[in-house]
Amino acid sequence: MSVAQSAPLVIDVTGINKHFGEKHVVKDLSLQVREGEIFGFLGPNGSGKTTSIRMLCGLLTPDSGHGTCLGLDVLRESTAIKRQVGYMTQKFSLWDDLTIAENLDFVARMFGMKNRRDVVDQALEELGLTTRRNQLAGTLSGGWKQRLALASCLLHHPKLLLLDEPTAGVDPKARRDFWEEIHRLSAAGITVLVSTHYMDEAERCHRLAYIAYGTLLALGTAEEVVASQGLHTREISGSGLLGLGESLRQLPGVDLVASFGATLHVSGKEEARLEASLQAVLQGTALKMAVVPASLEDAFIYLMQGSQDQFQG
Amino acid sequence: MTLFSHSFSFSRWIGILLKEFIQLKRDRLTFGMIVGIPIMQLVLFGYAINADPKHLPTAVVMADPGPFARSYVAAMQNSDYFKIVGSVDERQANDLLERGQVQFVVTFPPGFNRDLVRGKPPVLLVEADATDPMAANGAISVLNRLGAEVFAPDLPGLQRPSAPLIELRAHRRYNPEGLTFYNIVPGLMGVILTLTMVLMTGLAMTRERERGTFENLLATPATPLEVMTGKIVPYILIGLIQVTLILVAARWLFDVPMHGSLLLLYGVVLLFICANLTLGITFSSIARNQLQAMQMTIFFFMPSLLLSGFMFPFRGMPEWAQMIGNVLPLTHFLILVRGIMLKGNGIGMIWDQVWPILLFMGAVLAFGLKTFRRTLD
Repeated sequence: MSVAQSAPLVIDVTGINKHFGEKHVVKDLSLQVREGEIFGFLGPNGSGKTTSIRMLCGLLTPDSGHGTCLGLDVLRESTAIKRQVGYMTQKFSLWDDLTIAENLDFVARMFGMKNRRDVVDQALEELGLTTRRNQLAGTLSGGWKQRLALASCLLHHPKLLLLDEPTAGVDPKARRDFWEEIHRLSAAGITVLVSTHYMDEAERCHRLAYIAYGTLLALGTAEEVVASQGLHTREISGSGLLGLGESLRQLPGVDLVASFGATLHVSGKEEARLEASLQAVLQGTALKMAVVPASLEDAFIYLMQGSQDQFQG
Repeated sequence: MTLFSHSFSFSRWIGILLKEFIQLKRDRLTFGMIVGIPIMQLVLFGYAINADPKHLPTAVVMADPGPFARSYVAAMQNSDYFKIVGSVDERQANDLLERGQVQFVVTFPPGFNRDLVRGKPPVLLVEADATDPMAANGAISVLNRLGAEVFAPDLPGLQRPSAPLIELRAHRRYNPEGLTFYNIVPGLMGVILTLTMVLMTGLAMTRERERGTFENLLATPATPLEVMTGKIVPYILIGLIQVTLILVAARWLFDVPMHGSLLLLYGVVLLFICANLTLGITFSSIARNQLQAMQMTIFFFMPSLLLSGFMFPFRGMPEWAQMIGNVLPLTHFLILVRGIMLKGNGIGMIWDQVWPILLFMGAVLAFGLKTFRRTLD
């Protein structure tokens, strides 16, 4: 499930920088996203994801760099970009003290839509909120707020959707429905750039970017990102795992230890040393060891550790 | 009662206390208020406000420029209550009074010197701008006393101790009965507008920012001008409704006269509302939350209330306080409203007070547009 390489570039930026005072929040960001692609944006909190998204939709002006979004200059044509972009903020940002219908109507007005009433009615219909149209938006549950927010940024038929952690605090069923909708939109040719912390969501994206401390560290499909880290992973299972993690971490050849439910994933770049170290420890215990492919999560945690070492000393 | 039972932990209590102080220290504006408000009040009430104003601008109409008249004028000047701005003719004097540029016009009638020498008390006409009755009272009582003090030494032979040497005829113009609500009701209009306009717009924008909805607004193609004006206009209407309410009450409850043009009054009100809204919007683009917007409003409202001439006579304040007062739109609005309602000022007479309001608005607008964060950075 990936997008043809011939599809035109919707986002094409290079060397984007942003400072907030002394802080260099985004460093030399270069990003290419093709039409119809679902592009995942991952990284720890405060890594510059939100700032990057805001720069792409014209809410922030980059300090330097150049590029286009929907063929429009990100530095000079932010107003035109806004018309074709749907931006869903991290926090629910519709008006709590307006009703569902009033919120949609307001957004439709802001985008200067001519057939406003029809558009709003249709959106309500699709949401299944027609009967609740006069309910205050502030009284909706988290899942419904998220659906309403998505509907409101789709009202003006944007070509590009920028979703900033759209599923934070939403239950699994609503999350699944949400992603079904994202894929449906992608199939209809809408490009989606979505930031997330969830691995299952990351795996649903066509391509991923991993950003930490303002720097883009990895880019590609989920498989490519995992492969690029060159990790070899062993899964350790059995009784007596508790407290084992800490001691394993000190061993030569072990770069990463992560708990996965009742098992431990131990990963390292050099397979021979990893294997030797683990064999020595597990000798004579009841613990079992198996070779497993490194998961996306292993790769991300490894990336995060690496970037911490690099940027925090 | 278990409020102070054995479970009261002193160290826990200290923890709460410390947390409160730390938070207070972080909240710069609140901290500023804690220190700033008492100092501001102390200075304003202690130094700036004087209910017995002196150095009131006075014009003299001299129909008989003899030596006695001149020494009387000199004595007025020396009394500290009057500041003689010049000698004018009757028509000019009236104009100065209507524009509010002088507080008094003192007219020496023809034959003033002659009558005085003959022992026939001449009539000294004092016209006072009584739109603010408090400002006029002290000075008028001084004039009564002056006669005896000035002329007694020069006219020893003619002195008849029991009778007054001159007859003082005081006209309290525009408010003959010296009713304070003639002054207060129009003034309240300005005070209420200042508070509601600055506060409501200040809150309107910061509410969006505080709730995060501002980001949504910015993500739409709406321009700063659209957002700003779109948010301002509803409050202009609210302001006009408030003014109408006050005017109706002034007419029917307090019998305050309306000598000027209602249309002109509304025009002036509109200008004043706009000036205050501009300030409110600017506050809201600086304030990070609604509380800060509220605090900024209080910082502006207090001097407006005290230094504009609403609560205390403007001319009773020292020079520096008058300078601050002259920057405030309320000061000029009060003169405008009293002028139109009580004196019947026409459109030709208001420019002196209109341009300072326009200047204030322009300066605030320029600053506001600069700080209005189109983008979130």
